[in-house]
Amino acid sequence: MTSTIEETASAPADVTRGAFDLEWGDLIKTGAILGLGLVFMSLAGMPTGLDGRLLIDPFLSLGYVSLLWLPLIVGWSVANEKVLEGMVATRKSARDVVAGLVVGAIGGAGLSLLIVLIGAFDIRDPLVNWNEKTQAFLSFQRGTGFGVIACIVVSALLAGFGASLHLMPRRVRRAIVSALLAVISVAVFESFLVDVADPLSFLYTKTGGLLPLWAAVVAALALAMTLSGGGERIGQARTNFQELTGPAKTRQNTILIVVSGLALIIIPMITGKITQELLANVGIFLLLALGLNIVVGLAGILDLGYVAFFAVGGYTTAVLTSTNRGPDWPEWFPTLPWWGAFLVTLLMAGLVGLFIGAPVIRMRGDYLAIVTLGFGEIIRILFLSDWLSGYFNGAQGITNIPPADFGIFEVKGTDPRSVFYLVLFFAVISIYVSWRLERSRLGRAWMAVREDESVAEAMGINTVNVKLMAFVVGAVLASFAGAIFSAKVGSIFPTSFLILVSIIILVIVIVGGMGNIVGVIVGSIVLVGVLGGPKQPGLLQEFSEYKLLIYGALLIWMMLQRPEGLVPNARRSRELHQDEFLQDAWLKGKVDDADENGNGADSGTVAPGLAGGAS
Amino acid sequence: MTTAVRVKGAGRTNVDRFLTLLRVFLIGLIVVGLLAFIWQQIDPGNPFARWTHDGEPANRLTADQFQGLIVTGLSQGAMYGLIALGYSMVYGVLGFINFAHGEVFMVGAFTGFIMANKLDEAGYWEGGAFIPAVLFTVLICTLVATLTAVVMERVAYRPLRGSPRLIPLITSIGVSFFIQNAVILLFGPGAKSYPSNPDWLGEKRTFLQLEGTKILVIVVAAISMAGLWYFVERTKTGKAMRAVAEDKEIASLMGINVDRTIVTTFAVGGAMAGIAGILWGLLFRSVIATTGFLPGIKAFTAAVVGGVGNLGGAMAGGVSLGSAEALAPLVLLEPLGVDGVSQLRDAVAFTLLILVLLVKPTGLFGERLSAEDRA
Repeated sequence: MTSTIEETASAPADVTRGAFDLEWGDLIKTGAILGLGLVFMSLAGMPTGLDGRLLIDPFLSLGYVSLLWLPLIVGWSVANEKVLEGMVATRKSARDVVAGLVVGAIGGAGLSLLIVLIGAFDIRDPLVNWNEKTQAFLSFQRGTGFGVIACIVVSALLAGFGASLHLMPRRVRRAIVSALLAVISVAVFESFLVDVADPLSFLYTKTGGLLPLWAAVVAALALAMTLSGGGERIGQARTNFQELTGPAKTRQNTILIVVSGLALIIIPMITGKITQELLANVGIFLLLALGLNIVVGLAGILDLGYVAFFAVGGYTTAVLTSTNRGPDWPEWFPTLPWWGAFLVTLLMAGLVGLFIGAPVIRMRGDYLAIVTLGFGEIIRILFLSDWLSGYFNGAQGITNIPPADFGIFEVKGTDPRSVFYLVLFFAVISIYVSWRLERSRLGRAWMAVREDESVAEAMGINTVNVKLMAFVVGAVLASFAGAIFSAKVGSIFPTSFLILVSIIILVIVIVGGMGNIVGVIVGSIVLVGVLGGPKQPGLLQEFSEYKLLIYGALLIWMMLQRPEGLVPNARRSRELHQDEFLQDAWLKGKVDDADENGNGADSGTVAPGLAGGAS
Repeated sequence: MTTAVRVKGAGRTNVDRFLTLLRVFLIGLIVVGLLAFIWQQIDPGNPFARWTHDGEPANRLTADQFQGLIVTGLSQGAMYGLIALGYSMVYGVLGFINFAHGEVFMVGAFTGFIMANKLDEAGYWEGGAFIPAVLFTVLICTLVATLTAVVMERVAYRPLRGSPRLIPLITSIGVSFFIQNAVILLFGPGAKSYPSNPDWLGEKRTFLQLEGTKILVIVVAAISMAGLWYFVERTKTGKAMRAVAEDKEIASLMGINVDRTIVTTFAVGGAMAGIAGILWGLLFRSVIATTGFLPGIKAFTAAVVGGVGNLGGAMAGGVSLGSAEALAPLVLLEPLGVDGVSQLRDAVAFTLLILVLLVKPTGLFGERLSAEDRA
């Protein structure tokens, strides 16, 4: 493997550049973007809106944190240059810190300008947050003059600090970051922690802020743990686990599943209602996301009207169980117990899946997305319309849906724990079904269709049937969620099924990692659990006003930076980064040419996924 | 499960049969609705009308009502057409649906609101200088919308060029979500009302008794469309745009700056959406952060109806969609005895999209796309 490529990549020694040898144009541009971002967030009212929530009691509020993380991250990323093959790697030096300081100062100057402008002009009419409150917040309640200087200094220092993280030894850097994260998460998740373990409330003041003493203790604990090598040990354990193969891996997996299963059964027993409700919501969105994961993640069909199946599931259950359904249903139409209605719901969802799937299945991918979105709207409009209000009660919705009665226990909305157990049961079924399907002939056919439809067809896959199956399976999984939702809420309205819901489920699947069950689970916990669903509050209740903005920003950011999601599916990420893989393979191929004992096995990466998809 | 994969031929024909059935049903619905409408216009008390309306005779549409519907349809259709141009051009050049294009339109309408409000406070709107005030507002709206579209392209779409086509589509959903919520947070969640138009504009005038605002909308849309046609078909930049739409690689070999041409495409599309935005404001006199969503989707429908990539088609598609949306509830559905037809307008638009894609997927006037985009 000693060849030309290797030499060009590693031959130039690392270079240290002078402290003021900077790319000024780039820095000013980055600084201006940082400033724009800070001004945008201030005018969007995020900092002032969150100012009431104290994190560390008298010193730090969530409002400041929501603003100040930005210079820190930008400072870090300014100094974080990507070293590509053949490029000269520069050693991190004081130059990077200077760059951070400059960018931060320019960004802070944006805020200073805002402070001055708020004082000078009054354009409160269109801009709702153009007021003294924002001004006072930005100038730390100490007057304009102080604020103008403080903004620049604070922002510069934070960005400089972010940049200087590169200079620290790895372990120190990790320790600092984990201490910061630990303090912030302990403070932010106050309501959750107190709900899970009431005795923990001694950490907090009455308003929910962390007491400074305990903040220091938490930070010290986190520091100590990382410095003593805790993080590395966890990392080591993870790599060990990932490298396991054969029976040992199976055994480890079984232990992992049993432990997490037991934990999921026990946790709701010891926690309060807030956590139970949260877990139930996460579960419902997990069910939806698992279904969409099959449609989008495995079969590669972008279904933007997925909420239609959720709606059909919810309404079918409601119509079959409620005593208050529309008056136009015929006399003989039965009222069933929940589980009976549930079976009909599955059938109904499958049929609707077929009905919606059949016309759209041959369309090209992007048309399909818009047409499914249209179907999603049509179904909601029909449930809402006066025309069918004799059946679905229009905007009044169907109320009086009885709790799901299973003899030994009842599932109803006032008892979120029971809802959670029901959701857990179905989530386990869904996960098992997805997992088995992914490894079945049908699952491989889906992936083949996702990668290249023409090739899949040439390989003898009936693409139409395979895609229809994806629609039907996805619809049935969504109807699980619909049926549980109607029993949980006890009433059902068309406004619960806006397109927004489809998009949020899509964000969950994409952020988690398309085509990866673990990814979808992580996605639903992180997004619905922490930020909250379209109407359901998450752990960060304070963010409810801003969560949709965050969802949008997250979707863009994920697509630009990490389209394979947080927990990527190996094959999927190979597809998305095909160019890079081909390039790597090409480089490697050259190496192989030069090397007579070329390693032929590696060239498998040249044809990503095909080997798996067609077999 | 495996049988579904193994069975070939048989399953395919079943899907085909179902689709034929769906086509026949939808077209049959239109024919029956039309016939019922004609019969109802001739004789409101005919047996079919009595049967569909629970024994009551149907309401005959008066000539005035009918004319009103057509003008409403045309003016709304003109706006859909203007927005559709942006979708169509971007699809032609980049091959993906810019889902956030509706938000550019909304930004235009919002800017229009801010401008109109400020001009009204200064006494220029309802008072004397309405025409210059509107022209000035149109100019600013166009600029802001253009800027939005260009920034969007730079930030979200340029880094994704060459990735699988669903990736930019998903990104554009994120962009749309972001812009919508940013507007809510910056300007407040409520609906914003435009100042009222001067009386002489709202009067019904000319021998057809048309409402002035609607005439204004149709005229401005027609002028913008003509300008765009001239730009695309007669100028050098327009020629470059068409070349890039046909084949990016060869266009760049011919010395065309592809990046700049794509930016121009976004800018021109954004400008059209901005004009549509202010027209929307003049017509409905109210704007809210979610204003862009439905018109955006419908404009995409219009682009598909006319044939994606085909600019004349986009305009014609917009006008047909607007008219269909205005007419179909009262002309097709009401005679069939459907209640509350005005609620079903949006459903009509989406059904039209499905129908066109089922019957003539290349649109009424044919697509103009490069070979790779047609795949």
